[in-house]
Amino acid sequence: MSKQNRKKFLDIILGAGATAWFASILYPISKYLIPPDIADANVTSIEVGPEIEFKRGSSKIVRFGRKPVIIIRRKNGDLKAFAATCTHLDCNVQFKNETEQIWCACHNGFYDLEGKNISGPPPRPLAKYIVRVARGIIVISSEDMA
Amino acid sequence: MSLYNWLNERIALESMTKFAKKKQVPVFYGTVWYYLGGVSLFLFIIQVVTGILLILYYQPGATTAFESVKFIVSKVEFGWLMREVHSWSANLFILFIFLHMFTVYFAKAYRKPRELTWYSGIFLLALAMFFGFSGYLLPWNELAFFATKVGSDIAGAIPVVGDFLLRLLRAGDEVSGATLTRFYGIHVAILPAVFTVLLGIHLALVQSQGMSVPPEQEHLAEDKRKYMPFFPNFALRDLLFWLIILNVIALLAVFFPWELGTKADPLASAPAGIRPEWYFMFMFQTLKLIPAHVLFIEGELFGILMFAMGGIIWFLVPVLDKKANQNIRSKLWKWIGIMLVIYIIVMTVWGYMV
Repeated sequence: MSKQNRKKFLDIILGAGATAWFASILYPISKYLIPPDIADANVTSIEVGPEIEFKRGSSKIVRFGRKPVIIIRRKNGDLKAFAATCTHLDCNVQFKNETEQIWCACHNGFYDLEGKNISGPPPRPLAKYIVRVARGIIVISSEDMA
Repeated sequence: MSLYNWLNERIALESMTKFAKKKQVPVFYGTVWYYLGGVSLFLFIIQVVTGILLILYYQPGATTAFESVKFIVSKVEFGWLMREVHSWSANLFILFIFLHMFTVYFAKAYRKPRELTWYSGIFLLALAMFFGFSGYLLPWNELAFFATKVGSDIAGAIPVVGDFLLRLLRAGDEVSGATLTRFYGIHVAILPAVFTVLLGIHLALVQSQGMSVPPEQEHLAEDKRKYMPFFPNFALRDLLFWLIILNVIALLAVFFPWELGTKADPLASAPAGIRPEWYFMFMFQTLKLIPAHVLFIEGELFGILMFAMGGIIWFLVPVLDKKANQNIRSKLWKWIGIMLVIYIIVMTVWGYMV
């Protein structure tokens, strides 16, 4: 092996060694930074509370597994439930009783009471949940379970 | 033997004082701009000092953060002062970095050989804004909670790496106590370490290359150009400026305190009138105005791509503005700068009006 080839060979070995060394440090760090997946409690339905305590023209946000869900009681008594996080940038939405619309204060996005995005920046409708009343208790369940 | 001599024999003080005495500051209409970088440095020092003091009482965590800040401002002696100074100084810090950046920009100080100073400066600005973003969450109040949701969701919308970034920032899928702990670590350990190193490089570059003057000044004959010694003439003026700033902060802290607000509740609706820190306002307002879909992409992504592109162009201005290296002022880049300033001001004011 000529002197030059030997030098090249050593350069490659050294370079590869240094790269492997860096990788062996960076890999565990980058893995460490991402938190482990916590198994979702696989919630398919939750009880919200007695129907009589839920006033007409009001709303509340409840936890559905790890996700917030907004449940709305319209003036006419109808119950509706949607994912409470705006499809634009993830803020929690609120129910506007006067106009019977769902509003996101962060960037002024509006949805109708079918969850459809009707004005402002939201790109998609809100995910719907199924609401039913069983023996006077409001129960919401995710749509894919129905 | 005097202390000076004792030290001088060991660490060559003489060469440092010689350097300081030799250093000249150009005197012209723009000399006042030179103070802006120094003020930014001073504000960073205030942040480090008050930040360390706040750490002594602050307790990160979803159940303790808000309560501990409340404790600091209501029970700890002068706790209110530390928090107010930290908040006000943080805001002025960003403001002065912006002013510093724009004066540097319009004076064309980014041209050869000072490209690296510009690049490091832009990185410092980005870090300062990240400082602000991460610090904003720490009191764990409603405004901060939703601002963090929005801010991290924006990071999540970036193509390819978005998901990774979102989980990296939030320490999970949602903004939670884990996010708070993570932001605390970023705010008090990671950012200060990176910022200090980068600031060291930035300052070393300024020292080794000396003050930049605008092209017209450079065209002047040497005998027409005026200077003042850095030490003590300029250094004392610097100090006076710092003193004024410190007094302004004290006044602001006393007469315009930042409210703590209400504690964050992940199940509350985002309140009306929610807004980010003022230095994100122009971006916030722009995102509000972009419709749900632009061409075939979602408005959110469109906005992010536009800002990313603008940021890259701004960063690369020493490469793109070819005339600056020949000491010529290009009209195009002047107008880009002016339009950017107008855009930021208009959008910010508009954001506060609605």
